[in-house]
Amino acid sequence: MNFSRRNFIKTGGAALSGAIILPPFLKSCSNIQLNPDVKNYLEHFEVSAETLQKVIAAAMSKGGSYADLFFEHKISNRLGLEDGKVNRAYSNIDYGVGIRVLNGEQTGFAYSEAITSEAMIKAAKMAASIANEAKNYRPVDINEKQPQSYYNISREWEDVSVEEKLPFVQKINDRVFELDEKVIKVNAFLNDETSYVLFYNSEGRLTYDYRPLVSFGVVSVMQRGSQIENNYSARSFRKGFEWLDDALVDELARETVDRTNLLFDATKPRAGEMPVVMGAGGSGILLHEAIGHTFEADFNRKGESIFSDKMGKKIAKDFINIIDDGTLINNRGSLNIDDEGNDVEKTYLVKDGVLNSYIHDRISASHYGVKPTGNGRRESFRYIPLPRMRSTYMEAGPHSKEDLLSNVDYGVYVDNFSNGQVKIGAGDFTFFVKSGYLIEKGKLSRPIKDINIIGNGPQALADITMAADDYLIDNGTWMCGKGGQSVPVTCGLPSVLVKKLTVGGTNA
Amino acid sequence: MTTKEKYDLAKWAMQKALEKGAQEVSVNIFSGVSSSVEVRDKKIDKLEQANQAGMSVRLMVDKKYSVHSTNRLSNKNELARFIEEAIAGTRYLSEDEYRTLPDPSLYYKGGGPDLGTCDSDFEKVPPQNKIDAAFAVENEILGTDNKIISVTASYSDGMSSSVMVNSNGFEGDTANSYYGIYASVSVDGGEARPQSGWSESSVFYNNLKVDGIASTALSRAKRKIGQKKIASGKMTMIVENRLAGQLLGPLLSALNGSSIQQKNSFLIDSIDKQIGSEKLTITDDPFIPSGRGSRHFDSEGLALSKRGIFEKGILKSYYIDTYYGKKLGMEPTSGSRSNIVLSTGDKSQEDIIAGVDRGILVTGFNGGNTNGATGDFSYGIEGFLIENGREIMPVSEMNITGNMKDLWMSLIETGNDVYKNSSLRTPSLVFKDIDFSGL
Repeated sequence: MNFSRRNFIKTGGAALSGAIILPPFLKSCSNIQLNPDVKNYLEHFEVSAETLQKVIAAAMSKGGSYADLFFEHKISNRLGLEDGKVNRAYSNIDYGVGIRVLNGEQTGFAYSEAITSEAMIKAAKMAASIANEAKNYRPVDINEKQPQSYYNISREWEDVSVEEKLPFVQKINDRVFELDEKVIKVNAFLNDETSYVLFYNSEGRLTYDYRPLVSFGVVSVMQRGSQIENNYSARSFRKGFEWLDDALVDELARETVDRTNLLFDATKPRAGEMPVVMGAGGSGILLHEAIGHTFEADFNRKGESIFSDKMGKKIAKDFINIIDDGTLINNRGSLNIDDEGNDVEKTYLVKDGVLNSYIHDRISASHYGVKPTGNGRRESFRYIPLPRMRSTYMEAGPHSKEDLLSNVDYGVYVDNFSNGQVKIGAGDFTFFVKSGYLIEKGKLSRPIKDINIIGNGPQALADITMAADDYLIDNGTWMCGKGGQSVPVTCGLPSVLVKKLTVGGTNA
Repeated sequence: MTTKEKYDLAKWAMQKALEKGAQEVSVNIFSGVSSSVEVRDKKIDKLEQANQAGMSVRLMVDKKYSVHSTNRLSNKNELARFIEEAIAGTRYLSEDEYRTLPDPSLYYKGGGPDLGTCDSDFEKVPPQNKIDAAFAVENEILGTDNKIISVTASYSDGMSSSVMVNSNGFEGDTANSYYGIYASVSVDGGEARPQSGWSESSVFYNNLKVDGIASTALSRAKRKIGQKKIASGKMTMIVENRLAGQLLGPLLSALNGSSIQQKNSFLIDSIDKQIGSEKLTITDDPFIPSGRGSRHFDSEGLALSKRGIFEKGILKSYYIDTYYGKKLGMEPTSGSRSNIVLSTGDKSQEDIIAGVDRGILVTGFNGGNTNGATGDFSYGIEGFLIENGREIMPVSEMNITGNMKDLWMSLIETGNDVYKNSSLRTPSLVFKDIDFSGL
């Protein structure tokens, strides 16, 4: 991507005011020939190519088999609305370098918030201590890698002032109040984030990324008689300011009001096992929890996952293809490079019903003797990378949504969720249904709300007996947590029928 | 950074913000160090070390409010510009008449006793001891049982300290340390690979327990072999002490000023009303020696006191900070929790189980949530079926569903086994007639 003018650091405050920017830092002095794009990143972080090599040499000094440096500068802004006014703003700047040393499958890790030779070498030596034989590391030539470009944008968030962003947050409040007289409160937010990433490793790979991320959302609180309900609607993309418009404001406002209205007459289903029709889109949470996490190869490498010995085996019906994809344009889960400097790809986890690939980072890919899948991700430079999902979805199936429903005598239809979880070893996964419907005699009947659904991953996957042709990615603000680290993801699904899952509810 | 350096920087930043046009300012400077060692298969799997510092500035500029933080502290010119830009940006926001710093008469004025929250010998723990501790945990069970698939053991520690200065006269600092041991064990259970973790933690290194952690994790994992769901029905529920916080969380969240004022609470206008059964007595006690939530002042600088939250099921107090206090017309009580202490009964978990005809002992939650506005909840669970006072079989893949108000009304007993490694100091809890869904 074009990055040539970006040879200075900006603070979050600059984005708030849109007026003041810091002067350029001193140019790094380098006699290694580099293309201008990557040079801009070196200047951004005030490091020279020689320093990178020196720090890697310190990291490898005790006999490690591999080392990498992950520089990151993240600027986040949040505008919030409460009680009718955009009356709060938050900004954060996070800056530093994570230094990792591998000794086979063992990891040493330290980070530094100061990007100076001295501080980095100190951290590198600490990380190096995962290995303990004195060795002379021979520096390798720098091998520049131009990243892919999955999120071109036209207005970068750093150049957008509060004054420009604020009206959209105000408008969504006003629109929600216009739509329904039962609305008593609105909460709205606009978050934008810009990350600069520079990556260098002991194999000489030098690459970089510029990652924009925006989330825009609204909660409507509505009252009918003495009953108060609320619901939430949001979208998130790797897009720029050009994404915000009145149509989006209207879409989110309507969605949140419609979703809240549904809750007033909602009931609880009866407790127990029953067929579940998962509506297209957000139901992708089923894949994320039921199989996504259990396909993460760190769990499988340790034999801890219920899928640990299922590679190449038939685990679902023929028409089921499940993908983890880092290449969807402007998607919240996409990356130009993963956080280990690898290319991302579209990875078939399940192909024609057969387990085709785990989700790999560098350590697990090397353990299994396969090419990394570009799933090495980390919350920030403060954390080590782990195998993580990106956008996880199922391709369209051969049935229609009506076919699915007509197969159910009593069950539930669900399409709006708040959270999910999985126990890797047992394979038990859950997702919390914010709203849906009962299915009675093949038709949607009363709305339902606030119930947890629990199932077992391999069983649920085998129990997907039908999949419709209405595949949809859900572009909500999905955040995936693992090992104390959060990363943005998305998910998607066509409507599917799961023969049976255990649904929370009441007993007669 | 020393405490003095933190105060100097905080006061400098506060002064800078006042000079550049803010009327009220609160500055927090924090730093922390942490380390962890994780071992598997008699080798170190992960060795991590961290050292961080940062600043957070809360600004009130012409009645407009914003908060800004950064970890780039080394260059004063850059920091000055950061503050200046933050103030310029804040001016675009809408006014908020309720935003002010607290009434200075409510501030903590110092002089309280040492609450035992920080180990002054933190830096003196030899790195090799940390590695040895992790290996000792792993060693306890390695090779002792052919059902073991994988053992991960870890040691972690951390120390953090912060200072806060407010422009209307507050100054305060805090320091906290922790040490933790964790073991996770996966066992061969046929198709499933049951996994269980167990942990201990302490504020002082000398109090850290290392023995018995891996063996507890192993026995808990093995107890899960053969887990099944059973028929749906209404049953008694016993919740293990260290899990009880999961059910307490939504009850306490409903007491926050923001939840009340934003109508996202099922306990609006509920002071002096019967919300739970007579067994529900909860006290917020900030002063427990080495309590995980112990402190003299809160995040605004308000002095804290020990107070009753529920007394025999009757709600006595909300969590009100300065901002939502003004919005609600209530006196601030502190907007955040310290140590939550549940009153205890006289029986151990074992004795409680012995008295249950039919019920489920919950030993793990799996997902789920609560609707904050209505109290409707539903959570995944695993545990053991109890019949005639005895554990019959391990159960999993089940849900509990209900409403928080009904749940706390159905609390029939609390154990004597308080879990102390958390700011939620909960004993085992017993609820009657809970809706379980299974088969």
